[in-house]
Amino acid sequence: MSSTTTYEPELDFEKGADVLKRQIDWRVASYFSSCVHCGLCAEACQFYVETGDPRYTPIYKLEPLKKVWRQEYTFFGKMAKALGITKPLSEKDFVDWEDLVYDSCTLCARCSMVCPVGNDIAYMIRKEREGFSAAGFAPDELKGATKRAVETGSPMGVTWKALSAQIKHIERETGLPVPVDVKGAEYLGLLSSLEIMGFPEYISSLTRILHQAGVSWTLSSETFEATNSGIQIGDSKVAAELVERVLKVATDLEVSNIISPECGHAYTAIRWESANLIGKPIPFRVVHIVELLDELKRNGRISTTGKTDVKLTFHDPCNLVRKGGVVEEPRRLLNSVASDFVEMKQHGVMNWCCGGGGGVSANDRASGLRLAAFNIKKRQLDELGVNTLVTACANCRNILEEGIEHNEMDVEVVGLTELIAEYLDPPEAGESDSTS
Amino acid sequence: MSDFILGPFWNFAVIVFTAGVVGRIAMILMCGLSKDLAAARGSSVTGAVGTVARRFFPRKETVKSNRFHIIAGYMFHIGLLALLFFAAPHVQFLKNHLLGFGWPAMPHWAFILSAEIAFAGLILLWLRRVMHPVTRLLTRLDDHLAAWLTFFAMVTGCLALFESFAGLRVLHILGVELLMIYFPFSNLMHAFTFFLSRGTTGARAGRHGVKA
Repeated sequence: MSSTTTYEPELDFEKGADVLKRQIDWRVASYFSSCVHCGLCAEACQFYVETGDPRYTPIYKLEPLKKVWRQEYTFFGKMAKALGITKPLSEKDFVDWEDLVYDSCTLCARCSMVCPVGNDIAYMIRKEREGFSAAGFAPDELKGATKRAVETGSPMGVTWKALSAQIKHIERETGLPVPVDVKGAEYLGLLSSLEIMGFPEYISSLTRILHQAGVSWTLSSETFEATNSGIQIGDSKVAAELVERVLKVATDLEVSNIISPECGHAYTAIRWESANLIGKPIPFRVVHIVELLDELKRNGRISTTGKTDVKLTFHDPCNLVRKGGVVEEPRRLLNSVASDFVEMKQHGVMNWCCGGGGGVSANDRASGLRLAAFNIKKRQLDELGVNTLVTACANCRNILEEGIEHNEMDVEVVGLTELIAEYLDPPEAGESDSTS
Repeated sequence: MSDFILGPFWNFAVIVFTAGVVGRIAMILMCGLSKDLAAARGSSVTGAVGTVARRFFPRKETVKSNRFHIIAGYMFHIGLLALLFFAAPHVQFLKNHLLGFGWPAMPHWAFILSAEIAFAGLILLWLRRVMHPVTRLLTRLDDHLAAWLTFFAMVTGCLALFESFAGLRVLHILGVELLMIYFPFSNLMHAFTFFLSRGTTGARAGRHGVKA
């Protein structure tokens, strides 16, 4: 992937302040007008729950944005600013709040589910990051990932050559072709760099499942990355650029559907934010792989044999449940291949985040906090006494494995697509190839 | 003095309250909102209505950790609404000066009970505000002013009910007037804007197929 677009973040307070001011829409204004500072959101945030530090109270992380709202959109705020009673937004606000905005928030939106006045706090943090990013106040690793995503197409710098090598390996392993650049295919498959480099079993599972289902699909050698660093760091321009690349290849390949991989924020990016980022509806149906598998299973296009009797549980990726309503699909799939699937006490729309969403996983200075936040997940797993944890997000999987390793727990993390592929009916002898 | 409080100052308070509330809501709506262009997975209308209704109740997952605040919050709001709409003098006032019709008022014992519940709730909420590290960090002067003005209006209202001293009624009305004047400029506005904040969150979540 070569690009002429560049990403060179610089410290620019004025630009950041201006961008922050432009984030106030009537949702934000109604949220700040309604907030009574009850602090109930604190108990919904794993960073507060695990540290007890009141600075991690979700609504407190929005003080810079609230300051802008108060001073620009309220009577007393304007008056106090004019009289010099309150200090205007300054670079110090960006310095003081950067860790709260990026290190201690995964954009998981659990706080948004509990606010008595209905404030969607994650929506506001996402907006606040736009101002911080424009001012140049963001973690270096996120800046680096964004730069690589813009310049190479992958936040990890994964090239087509690397994916191509994986594909050859997968074709040898499965005996099936992995379709690439097939014009007129029904589905365009997207991947995350983490899957390519860390969990290639997802790609082989996808290949086997879609082959059995007779789904016409393809990968693109031009754009294969689904993740979107622009959304994580809070740069809508970059986010739109990355989304447009996906939409371009989808158009060029004349597909009608796009498959989001096992990645939570990639699903949010392409399914829910892409149209808003480019300013018009997109002419493609976007499905998360879990939605597609559930659809294919219910339509009888994929069939499985047998079930694992291992006691296991499911970790809901936040973006799927709280931003996409994908709650029942993974459970139907799990129940079809597992006889002892048990739920954590808080699951579905009230699940606890893995601790690494929203770019926190890429943020080195947040690692201590991230591991502290994992203690909630540890307690949940200990309560159930399971040794297998299934999820549907490569980033969650990575972070969960990190926490499990750190705590020396005997728990294996498995991708849901991989689990379904494991129980697929065996291919019949002489079965024709329908995937290319 | 009482003529001023019961006459021009009352009219002033009503004008500030009405114009302030309408103006504040207009200012919120004038901030604009981009249309969600993503293909919907569910209904925004159902989502908005559902969230407005559901957020009257805490999620079961959060009850244990927030029970003090939840109980105190219910006590204050239920007690206050009961006093506001079912105390005999208020029903009479609404009938004579605003609506032209009335409804049965609550008996004296119910008034006392409601007042005690509301007072206890308000005091507990305020104590939590000054004692809990989270609310201490979040609290601004506005939060205290709103609590104290509400408390003053409620105290003088209870004292006025006994009608042992005519001036107490005037004092109560003065308290209410101060509250009304302060209302549109404070976070007391949540009494109106919670429909907007809950509704907009619910609408977006509903489009995404999420029960928020």
